[in-house]
Amino acid sequence: MAEAIALIDYGAGNLHSVYNALKAAGAEHVAVTDDPKLVRGARRIVLPGVGSFRACYEGLTSIPGMVDALEERVLGDRKPFLGICVGMQLLADRGLEHGTTPGLGWIPGEVQLIERTDPNIRVPHMGWNDVGLTPHHGDHELLEEGEAYFLHSYHFVPEDGLDVAAMTDHGGGIVAAVARHNIVGVQFHPEKSQAFGIDLMRRFLEWKPV
Amino acid sequence: MTVRIRVIPCLDVADGRVVKGVNFVDLKDAGDPVEQAQAYDEAGADELCFLDISASHEGRGTLLDIVKRTAEVCFMPLTVGGGVGSVEDARALLLAGADKVAVNSAAVRRPEIMADIADRMGSQCAVASVDARRVSAPGEPGRWEIFTHGGRRETGIDAVEHAVKLADLGAGELLVTSMDGDGTQKGYDLELTRAIADAVTVPVVASGGVGNLQHLVDGVTKGHATAVLAASIFHFGTYTIAQAHKALRDAGLPARG
Repeated sequence: MAEAIALIDYGAGNLHSVYNALKAAGAEHVAVTDDPKLVRGARRIVLPGVGSFRACYEGLTSIPGMVDALEERVLGDRKPFLGICVGMQLLADRGLEHGTTPGLGWIPGEVQLIERTDPNIRVPHMGWNDVGLTPHHGDHELLEEGEAYFLHSYHFVPEDGLDVAAMTDHGGGIVAAVARHNIVGVQFHPEKSQAFGIDLMRRFLEWKPV
Repeated sequence: MTVRIRVIPCLDVADGRVVKGVNFVDLKDAGDPVEQAQAYDEAGADELCFLDISASHEGRGTLLDIVKRTAEVCFMPLTVGGGVGSVEDARALLLAGADKVAVNSAAVRRPEIMADIADRMGSQCAVASVDARRVSAPGEPGRWEIFTHGGRRETGIDAVEHAVKLADLGAGELLVTSMDGDGTQKGYDLELTRAIADAVTVPVVASGGVGNLQHLVDGVTKGHATAVLAASIFHFGTYTIAQAHKALRDAGLPARG
């Protein structure tokens, strides 16, 4: 049987687009699920997310046992994990959108409003922009250089630069991807980034973190 | 580089069929919005816009199915507008696979709908459509008012004030259409686009009146838009998406390709 991928369903909007992109990348068994039991048996886990940090955190934590199951499978068993947009931001310690909300705290840092450094900088950061790898992207062969679609007003500011795997530029540096061991989070939307995004999904399906 | 100027083809859809759509490639079914969307996905469009102009309730029902089928095969952002009257309408479109919903008349009647959508589903998906006509006489300082019903019905509402209000309420993007320019191919109303773009901090899409590639460039350099929307010039194959990107790059603007 092909590997089961758990796509976490917690009312976060872009679920079906991510599902479609995983299928287009060749995934056979994608379980759209809010069942912690399925998460515990998943070989790979994808956490999507659009909307506000607070709404997403509340959605995720309102499912009994879900955060525990994710921590067991991702932090304990080190199964490959991909967080997308707010699903990436939730990895932080806290988010500042609509008041301070705690995050999962898997990658230390804070999610802050993008600062408008000059009048040409529009927020939300909306559109195609660079994904530039940092020297620390290391063994995360999941990520490649290119152009991807971004759509967000808040951004992840990690405490430790070593957790930053890719950057983009919007009136200053914006973190495009964070990575630590088996965990990768991308601020951009692979499911909306045409060939660049589908290729990333395809690599995720085969990714064997060291 | 920085975030790219977006080139957005727009397809008008009525009762589930494309009106005045693509004929730059041979399609099996030229009226099928999904096939047309795929053609633009393959052509490298930065986003796609569906505008539903169905007159009937039944016609609108088909829209959700089109959006769903498009999202299954197209991996680019999709904005859907036309007839979005409530938060529930917006939610249904987003669940079907739209990334953004454009609200038009409903936000003229009740601007707070933008806040309702933004609070529940995020500003990033809440697009405010601003359809305006110039009401100032030639030579006078520019003044524009909001028009509804395809530009036929005046409202007396100042367009720039309305745009600022919708952005303040939570719209994450403004789609500014000159109803004077729409269909004329004479170029965007650059003064209108600039007046709104300079008054808000969210991205502004210029729309209405594109006839050539210089119009797209002007929309950005003179209209201060960060995205340019066009229909006929792409549908009829007058210009390709790649040519539009190149024209922007040749003008020193960031664009894909």
